[in-house]
Amino acid sequence: MSSQEAWIREPLVLGDKSYHDISNDIARPIEGKANRQWWIAFTIALIAMLWGVGCILYTVGVGIGTWGLNKTVGWAWDITNFVWWVGIGHAGTLISAVLLLFRQKWRMAINRSAEAMTIFAVICAALFPGIHMGRIWMAYWVLPLPNQYGSLWVNFNSPLLWDVFAISTYFSVSLVFWYIGLIPDFATIRDRAAKAAKPISHTVYAIMSFGWSGNARAWHRFEEISLVLAGLATPLVLSVHTIVSMDFATSVIPGWHTTIFPPYFVAGAIFSGFAMVQTLMLVMRKVVSLEEYITINHVELMNKVIMLTGSIVGVAYITELFMSWYSGVEYEQYAFINRATGPYWWAYAAMMTCNVVSPQVFWSKKLRRNITFTFFLSIIVNIGMWFERFVIIVTSLHRDYLPSSWVMFYPTWVDIGIFVGTLGIFFTLFLLYARTFPVLPIAEVKSILKSTGSQYKK
Amino acid sequence: MSTKEIHGLFGDEEILLASAKKLVSKGVYINDVFSPFPIHGIDPVIGVPATRLHIAGFIYGIVGLCLALFMFWFTLILDWPMNIGGKPNFSLLQNLPAFIPVTFEMTVFCAAHGMCVTYFLRNNIYPGKKSWNPDLRTTDDKFLMLIDLSENSMSAEEIEVILKETGAEEITQK
Repeated sequence: MSSQEAWIREPLVLGDKSYHDISNDIARPIEGKANRQWWIAFTIALIAMLWGVGCILYTVGVGIGTWGLNKTVGWAWDITNFVWWVGIGHAGTLISAVLLLFRQKWRMAINRSAEAMTIFAVICAALFPGIHMGRIWMAYWVLPLPNQYGSLWVNFNSPLLWDVFAISTYFSVSLVFWYIGLIPDFATIRDRAAKAAKPISHTVYAIMSFGWSGNARAWHRFEEISLVLAGLATPLVLSVHTIVSMDFATSVIPGWHTTIFPPYFVAGAIFSGFAMVQTLMLVMRKVVSLEEYITINHVELMNKVIMLTGSIVGVAYITELFMSWYSGVEYEQYAFINRATGPYWWAYAAMMTCNVVSPQVFWSKKLRRNITFTFFLSIIVNIGMWFERFVIIVTSLHRDYLPSSWVMFYPTWVDIGIFVGTLGIFFTLFLLYARTFPVLPIAEVKSILKSTGSQYKK
Repeated sequence: MSTKEIHGLFGDEEILLASAKKLVSKGVYINDVFSPFPIHGIDPVIGVPATRLHIAGFIYGIVGLCLALFMFWFTLILDWPMNIGGKPNFSLLQNLPAFIPVTFEMTVFCAAHGMCVTYFLRNNIYPGKKSWNPDLRTTDDKFLMLIDLSENSMSAEEIEVILKETGAEEITQK
């Protein structure tokens, strides 16, 4: 075959698949019935979600006094969770957009689910600034609306407003990018439902597929729009976490006021996002038996990205420490000494161990290709990245300029409940997605079969 | 009933591509090809013109950029200038550095969404549209070539012979 790639590269699709096999394998979870494990997982996620919704309603009804915030620590778990979720979202766009521009064919196995993860994570993230407003029914004030609505025009000089624009652009662009890729696959499911004489699912997927027919002109435009949207999404994803970091970096709080924040946050976002992709994919490939599409090779490639971004994060931590000493600013120096040795030393130690030390084990090829170990480490990285945001936010705030204002932050059951609730929302949406959407891009996997399928490499 | 269309069904995109090249060299006009994934190299053979979607995207981006600049100028310079950290509130140009992030987001927003709407309009797809692929298997593992006889001088039989010898699995006339 003319389109084969180098022999030295491992195949990306195993098991001598034909085009029809690919349709069958990916459509199976949608067309079959959910198994016991799915129902158990879904029930747990749903309970967590309902609990979170209850806590959110309690917050909205009573006020954010129900949280552990105080006069000194005005931002804590809410913004920690916001940044954490936004960061997780970044891997999806990186896989679908940046790896598309770099022509990395291995992205085909994971991009659909990673993009779904992005969308669900951004939903969870956007929730936190919303409920932190206290009066959520005034949320439309962040939009540039005329003066007679009660407030002045919004302040375009403020990073908090940049965030509004960045997150909403990011969410909506990711959503259409994802959906445009889904349309041809919905058409495959639709035509299978027509053949199997299932009128209800045929009707539903006929609407969702927008009447896609797969004609040459449509495919030509499909490839064009995928490429241009990837080109647009790449700077977009970098801008979003840059702007999130500017929420901190443009303030004059010691520990926040630093120019390294944008690249450091972007690397951290990709790092945590890839860890979450690993967590989800390792479970998903097993549950819906897609081991031949999401192979050990894919796992290893993602681990390499985790190791690279983890190292960038490590360099950023050390640079921060160095700069605080080198700057000669005593507030800055104190902020970092307090982080490492103050009352929150354990959070700092957790962040350093999970984010800097642990990904370095991936220099070992054996561990990179070990599924159980990778799963374990992906959870560690997610915990570490949550602590990173907690350390940056709370330890910088809790030692105010006046020692009389020095306090500790203690989360209440509402803080914890809302965080657990967003995990519930995320997994509920993801589990529903895994049952109703093609979790792998059917068309794109078929298009790389001849160049990377195992039977064409013999 | 007289034959109007010939549908040649293939099991492999490379065989279809070779067949299409042969047919075109004999002067046959292929109206369309339906496939489960994009066939690389088919566009110049059957005469699909290069899309101008990216140009449209660029124009939408410029519109977004202008919209953003107008918004800043109108709200914060003309209508209600505010003193924010002593930043110059009398001049759009001097205050511009703080406006760059939103300008960028608005540009991307308009370019991406404008392009998507154009994509749906040009492909003529929308929720509720009925699909028009002639065979259900073309979204799974088959590739279909559609030849409209009214646009071709060659007879149905002659085209069928070429299709058959270039590897078509099924040939149907409609």
